[in-house]
Amino acid sequence: MNFKMLASTALVAGLLAGGAQAADLKIALQDDPDVLDPAQSRSFVGRIVYAAMCDALVDIDADVNFVPKLATDWKFSDDGLKLVMNLRQGVKFQDGEDFNADAVVYTINRNMTMKESRRKSDLASVEKIEKTGDYQVTFTLKQPDASLVAQLYDRAGMIVAPKAAEAEGANFGAHPVCAGPFKFVERVPQDRIVLEKFDGYWNAKDIHFDKVTYLPIPDTTVRLANLQSGDVDLVDRIASTDADTVKANPKLGYAEVAGLGNMGIYFNLANGTGAKNPMGENKLLRQAFSLSIDRDAIDEVVFNGAALPGNQPWPPTSVWYDKTHPVPPRDIDKARALVKEAGFDRVKVTIKHANNPVVTQAMQMIQAMAAEAGFDVTLQSTEFATLLDDQSSGNFEVSRSDWSGRPDPDGNVYQFFTTKGGLNDPKYSNPEVDRLLNEARASTDPAVRKAKYDAFVGHLLEDNPIVYLGTQKYLYGFTAKLNGFKPLPDAMIRLQGVSKAD
Amino acid sequence: MHIFIAKRLLIAIPTLILVSIFVFTLQKLLPGDPVLALAGEERDPATLDAIRAQLHLNDPIVVQYGRWIWAALQGDLGMSLRTNTPVTQLIAQKLPVTIQLAVMSMIVAVLCGIPGGIYAAVHKRRKGDYIVNILALSALSIPNFWLGIMMILLVSVNLGWLPASGYVSPVENFWLSMKTMLMPALVLGTGLSATLLRHTRSSMSGVLKSDYIRTARAKGLRPREVILGHAFRNAILPIITLMALLFGELLAGAVLTEQIFTIPGFGKLTVDAVFTRDYAVVQGVVMCTAVAFIAMNLVADVLYAFLNPRLRAKL
Amino acid sequence: MSDTSAALPPRASSRVLRSLRHNPSAIAGAAIILPIVILALLAPVLPIPSPDATSWTAIRKAPSALHWLGTDELGRDILSRMIWGARASLLAGVVSIAIALVTGVPLGILAGYFGGWVDMVISRVTEALLALPFLIMAIALAAFLGPSLTNAMIAIGLSAMPVMIRLTRGQVMAVKAEDYVEGARAIGLNHLEIMSRYVFPNIVPPIIVQATLTIATAIIAEASLSFLGLGQQAPAPSWGAMLNTAKNFLTQAPTYALFPGVAIFLTVVGFNLLGDGLRDALDPREQ
Repeated sequence: MNFKMLASTALVAGLLAGGAQAADLKIALQDDPDVLDPAQSRSFVGRIVYAAMCDALVDIDADVNFVPKLATDWKFSDDGLKLVMNLRQGVKFQDGEDFNADAVVYTINRNMTMKESRRKSDLASVEKIEKTGDYQVTFTLKQPDASLVAQLYDRAGMIVAPKAAEAEGANFGAHPVCAGPFKFVERVPQDRIVLEKFDGYWNAKDIHFDKVTYLPIPDTTVRLANLQSGDVDLVDRIASTDADTVKANPKLGYAEVAGLGNMGIYFNLANGTGAKNPMGENKLLRQAFSLSIDRDAIDEVVFNGAALPGNQPWPPTSVWYDKTHPVPPRDIDKARALVKEAGFDRVKVTIKHANNPVVTQAMQMIQAMAAEAGFDVTLQSTEFATLLDDQSSGNFEVSRSDWSGRPDPDGNVYQFFTTKGGLNDPKYSNPEVDRLLNEARASTDPAVRKAKYDAFVGHLLEDNPIVYLGTQKYLYGFTAKLNGFKPLPDAMIRLQGVSKAD
Repeated sequence: MHIFIAKRLLIAIPTLILVSIFVFTLQKLLPGDPVLALAGEERDPATLDAIRAQLHLNDPIVVQYGRWIWAALQGDLGMSLRTNTPVTQLIAQKLPVTIQLAVMSMIVAVLCGIPGGIYAAVHKRRKGDYIVNILALSALSIPNFWLGIMMILLVSVNLGWLPASGYVSPVENFWLSMKTMLMPALVLGTGLSATLLRHTRSSMSGVLKSDYIRTARAKGLRPREVILGHAFRNAILPIITLMALLFGELLAGAVLTEQIFTIPGFGKLTVDAVFTRDYAVVQGVVMCTAVAFIAMNLVADVLYAFLNPRLRAKL
Repeated sequence: MSDTSAALPPRASSRVLRSLRHNPSAIAGAAIILPIVILALLAPVLPIPSPDATSWTAIRKAPSALHWLGTDELGRDILSRMIWGARASLLAGVVSIAIALVTGVPLGILAGYFGGWVDMVISRVTEALLALPFLIMAIALAAFLGPSLTNAMIAIGLSAMPVMIRLTRGQVMAVKAEDYVEGARAIGLNHLEIMSRYVFPNIVPPIIVQATLTIATAIIAEASLSFLGLGQQAPAPSWGAMLNTAKNFLTQAPTYALFPGVAIFLTVVGFNLLGDGLRDALDPREQ
């Protein structure tokens, strides 16, 4: 009997909810973000939510130049050991607290010292931060580090409201308070994250939504189905094979942007038990392997043309790309000759890769291509969690891995190729490369850095501890009612200037 | 009766302790470092060690288990490594979702399975029986996940009738909630219907053969009265028991269906936690489903005893 | 259940065979399964393209005269991969059940025959295992062992074991009470002889029925694990793995997802029919 009443109240409620304002935006995400505290979070997808919730000191533009956000300008001292930043005035946090130098000092110190912080390595070059004016801070560095600005564009530079952060401590992620355009409302893990417009945002005139809801939908087909049915307005990354479907649909819009990262094949040179393999011991075989791959064919077959075939840690579109070392065309004769020169007829090798269909498809192509050059490749698909562990502990001969990329070139190479780098899973060690990458990091002059990175690429393509396949593009589908959406190479969804027609 | 229930509850205790040990051991055996899995692209060795120590992951497994069970007894199931959410809170959020899915699937199953089973029993070894049986067999043999994918393709993508995924609370928006959950419930309900149908058929045909039904028929009661009034009332007993058992399985077994339709319930929570090595979540949620499963088994036994006059007398 | 466990009279097997031959359900089941088994066995000699032969200029093509069921995401012939994939599915069904039987039946006999604390221990452990969701357990085991077809079979087999233990235990307890077992004990046979000569043969029929029906479940479980990326390794085909890939091309190539699903469905129907038929044939009540 009560059911009927309940049903009719619910119906009324439903009608009301159905007539919601057009200023609601629903975004389908590829994954569920982890903890929503900029100091603690690790996932790529979490940064997409921060793009709406937490402003950082610095931002990037479409050409990956660093531009002002909460900081209005900045300057390194001549010796590169000090970075002075002037801060924007009249900015408020979402709980009404004022944004100023104290807040920045608090946040950076929190990132550097809190036990649960994951930002310590991002800020490893920082000796200390001081308030040098109400709206000015000065970083003192242990050694010159040009990549610091890039860290301050990412989570390490997202300023949190000191009072709220102090009160919540390590639980800040349950109720984050930042200085971005949208404030946190609620989160149900694996279901949704809801943000609402923060009226006191410093740039409120560019914000045209009252509410943003993020829905984690891992399956690409289901994500697309939600877009087609109008249940979501914007899809964070559609599958490249679905791009034509979206383009052909007059009710949908499509956008793409080349990313900053890379897809790589990692060879175990000196990491634990897996290092004892011909590929790890002989660079001629790695060169041959690289030559046996037809990168354009992978782009066509697997990515439907929506990838950038490449051979360096950054995409060919990047200003840091060394044009004197272009993507090599497939050369099976030369590859075979190199295998012979290395003293082999056929080479047996096991490649581990993540067990998702797109990676598996590409690996099967590589398996077939490499076979023609003399490689008998066994594919071993591995769960992502196990793959990471195997790769860092050296339990692999060859492994296929992705890197989402960083706006500063240092973020794509330093940890991977320096002898003590935290992501140097091949355990590659070349004093000359160490020197070049340290010098590139220490200089703030782009021309000097470019020369160092070019020299590094020469070594990379000779030694091939990692063979790069290219960079994926980020593809977006959205309702045609959406105006002003322009994806940037970092794949963060910025809502400034985006609106939805009724 | 009370003694019967008390005895069963007592037996459940060692079972639950064993379950907790199994789950704990199994997840410790899983390859892949949880801290590394969570660190993703950011794995600075010093930070990783700090997290490990913070989570006591370097302690001997027995100590870890002891710590877990001690906290669990006080109602603390730990925190999700991934989202920093208390596991109890996650369970409280997800349980209603899975219960709604289970209830709706059960309704689908009852609506198809019981009338179908009665029909088949009444028409035993005739054309109708064979057709119903073939349908049931087919329903039993369709892989759930494939049916789910095909339905999304047809109903959501091509026809645009129902949402392809997600969850809406019935409190928030009742009709949308029903609409969203309908397709998953149909998918899960398909196999269930078949199981219910087969049991209803066999239970009913047993009863229909019995003497008192013959007597009732001989007295000249109309077939409808005989079947629904007399036979079904007697045949329903084992079916209600079965439904309690199936409900227990549903709470634990909606794994792939939740995965396909992106329903934020128990099954998806567990699978995602296994894949991301979110130990506390795996442990807490599997324990919770085991409790539910054992509880529904108990309910089934009690129902059986309670509804069966002969057994009731003995208790 | 206790009815089925009654000792079979002499030459029971020929009687069972005879009644199976007149059982429409068993015949239909065999009629579905046999061709699939034969195709799977003959895969190497059939005039079909190699299941690994890629063609990057003919990816995701619709069915045609050249490729009857079309081509997959690497231009491989789907029909050929389906036939080779049948081997993985059938193998997974049979081997995992064999594992469940080899581990579960002895434990069930021990528990049922000796009773007492042996039974107590085995039964509690079995109950605890039964309380763990089947697929969750299979997923965790498969993740533990690492993704491969062999490991998926082990995982499914071990997950199906508790059901076998429980079934066997119940059957043994019923058989134990029969006069001939009492008699065997009276003439002084040892436990091993009684178990192998008198108990075991009499619990075989219901176990065969259960095993046949569980093959159906195991085939679906293997497909589910492959679907989650925990089964057959690329480039070797399996129906579940094909579905896992096909799911990404639903809008471009819907038939790709259709065929492996239908194949799983038919095979499972076949084993279910066969199991039903066996049950009828072995169950004296139905005579």
